[in-house]
Order: sequence, then structure tokens, then C-alpha cells
Amino acid sequence: MDITAKVKEIIVEELGVDASEVTVEAKLIEDLGADSLDTVELIMKFEEEFDVEIADEEAEKLATVGDIINFLKDK
Amino acid sequence: MVRYYAKISGTGRGIPEKILNNFDLEKMVETSDEWIKTRTGMSERRVAADDKACSDYATIAAEHALQSAGLAARDLDMIIVGTVTADYAFPSTACIVQRNLGVKNIPAFDVSAGCPGWIYTSNIAKQYIENGINRHIMVIGADMLTKITNYKDRNTCILFGDAAGATIISRASDIDISRIIDADISADGSNWDLLVQPGGGSRMPASYKSVRERQHTVYMEGNKVFKLAVKSMFSSCEKVLKRNNLDTNSIDWVIPHQANMRIIEALGKKLKLDISKIIVNIEKYGNTSAATIPVALDESMRSGKIRHGDIVLMTSFGAGMTSGSLLVRI
Repeated sequence: MDITAKVKEIIVEELGVDASEVTVEAKLIEDLGADSLDTVELIMKFEEEFDVEIADEEAEKLATVGDIINFLKDK
Repeated sequence: MVRYYAKISGTGRGIPEKILNNFDLEKMVETSDEWIKTRTGMSERRVAADDKACSDYATIAAEHALQSAGLAARDLDMIIVGTVTADYAFPSTACIVQRNLGVKNIPAFDVSAGCPGWIYTSNIAKQYIENGINRHIMVIGADMLTKITNYKDRNTCILFGDAAGATIISRASDIDISRIIDADISADGSNWDLLVQPGGGSRMPASYKSVRERQHTVYMEGNKVFKLAVKSMFSSCEKVLKRNNLDTNSIDWVIPHQANMRIIEALGKKLKLDISKIIVNIEKYGNTSAATIPVALDESMRSGKIRHGDIVLMTSFGAGMTSGSLLVRI
């Protein structure tokens, strides 16, 4: 599975949102209704699934679904 | 050489009567019962009386534990209190508990290790039992976090409660199956500033300014602490399990530090734990720091949930950042 599909799948699962809402422009907090703990839990899930370390400073910059996909592609 | 083992021979708790529930908090800060429940799992917490301090509840817990162990205070060889909310900067709370219990001429001291204070002190007690020096040690985890809570900060003030939990760690007899199987304690000082009470120490002595700015209350970067909490408790549990060739299937109960239900759930997932094995009382007490685990242990043993022979894994994480685990056969 490619990174984009996997990221979307995790977000759908973790936030309980509809797959159609998870566009690359969608903002985690404003558009997908994540609270601050959801974002931490998501980051931890990505770390686990993609076997990467995401520092707090990097994580804070990941506002949209697209941000996350690009970040993970660069890793 | 003779090999000695340590075991838990008695437990007790000292719980303040006053209850602060989510609806009370709704009147104090911009929050709601639903918001608090979904983010923390908490419904209410206990608040120490204005004229009571850490040693008062610690003493109640200690007497409760002595009773359950069938011991007298004079049987104790040492008293250790894990706390970050001691009665005074000095002397130690343990010395005041010692006075309250009416015993003399044994060592008594506090350990500042944040929420894992009881795990740290239990590990110290384990050493003194295993090396044959002591027979019975009073180990207390007690914190009065509401005394250092900023009730203008909606992010932190909903989290904290007051309680004391006591455990007596004793030398196990040769035929005893009860024992502390293993313990792990660790710290990562590089993140000390994520969770701190800035005022009142030698870095920032009390002043009008420090009081005005509420520097004598808990400062916490919750999101960063959340992530470290899950990771540190997971790796501590893994370390202890691996070292003893155990997996989570062989564990009867897990008592995690009760800081936030979502931390507990995330840890449970990572450990691939059956949720029914996790002991939780966070809805009643909130985060009582060093008291969470000994209070939950005492409740579960007295209710008959945890039984003689059960294998219990306890794990905690807190200011320092400290972490640790204790693996026990009850």
C-alpha cells in the first residue's frame, strides 16, 4: 500500500471520520475534528506504522493530511 | 549465600473525604463534564482538607497497611515516602509519618521521583530486603496535587486529585510464593522541563512575583508528556517482561499509573493487552501522582479482584521524566 493510502486509512480509523473527508487539504483539527490528544495519538500511530521518529517540533508543523503524506514521503 | 526475597505483605490507603467532580469544575473554568470525560476518563477526584497535609493521609494509609499485614509500627525497619508534595521542603514527610506512628531509631526519608515515586521507593525497599538488612519496610506513595494546582488553568486543573497509598514490603519466607519478581526504574533528565513546579525551590524562591504569577503550581506540556508517558511505560514493561521470559498473557493484572485514560488505552494497545486485565480507578480519583498505583492495588486486593498468587505488573511515568515498573506475585 502506498503512503498516501496508508495515511488516509490510519486517519479514518483513528479519528472515526469518513474516507471522503480525508483530502490532502483537510486540516486535522479544524476540518477533521481532531483534538490535541488525537493529534498526538495519530503521530504515535504513524511512527509505529512507518517505523520513523517524528520529533515534537516536526509534529507541530503537520497541520493537514497533505503535510503528513509529504513528511512521510521525505523520510 | 542465603538469598532473600521481598514481598508485599500489606496495603492501605488514605483518601480525603471531599469530592471535586466535573460539574464543580464547570463552575471554575471553561470546561464541561463531557470534555473532561472524553479526554481524561475522569469524573471526580478527592481534595485534601485545608488543614491537612501529605503526612496526614500518608499516616492513615500506613496504619491501614500495618493492620492488613498484621504488623505493629515497631516492626518496621524503615519508612520511605515517594512524594512531590511533601508537608514541608524539610524535614521529610517520612519523618513526620514516623512521629505519627510513634516509632524511633529507624531511617525515614522521602524520594522525589514524580508519579513513579512509589515504584522508586518500592524498588529501594526491595534492595534492603533482598540484601538481608531489613525485614519490613513501609513504602508510601502520597501526593496532594490539588495544593499545587492552578485552578485558572483549564488544561491541568481538571487532572489532579489527592490521595495516599501505603504498602509494606517484607522478607518472604522460604515457602512463600509471594514475591517482588523484578523492578525497573529509569529517568530521562533531558525532558525535565516538560513537567515542573517552578517556584519554591532554590531556582526560584518564593517572592511576591512568584506567587502572583502562580509559579508555585504545576506547569505541564501535556501533549509532549502524553507521548513520552506511553513510550516510557511501554519500554519499561517490555524490559521487565523480557528479562523474566514473560509475555502479557502470563500477567494476571496490569496497574498503570492513572494519569489519563487515553494514556492507559494507548499503553494497553501497544502492549497488546486484554483490556479486562487493566485496573483503572481514574474516574474516581483523577491523577494522584505517586498514590495512584498503591491506592489501586489496595482497592483491588481488598475487593478480592487481585488474589494471592496473581502476577501483577505495575508501571508509571512522571516528572523528571522518570519511569519504572514493578512485577509482583501477590
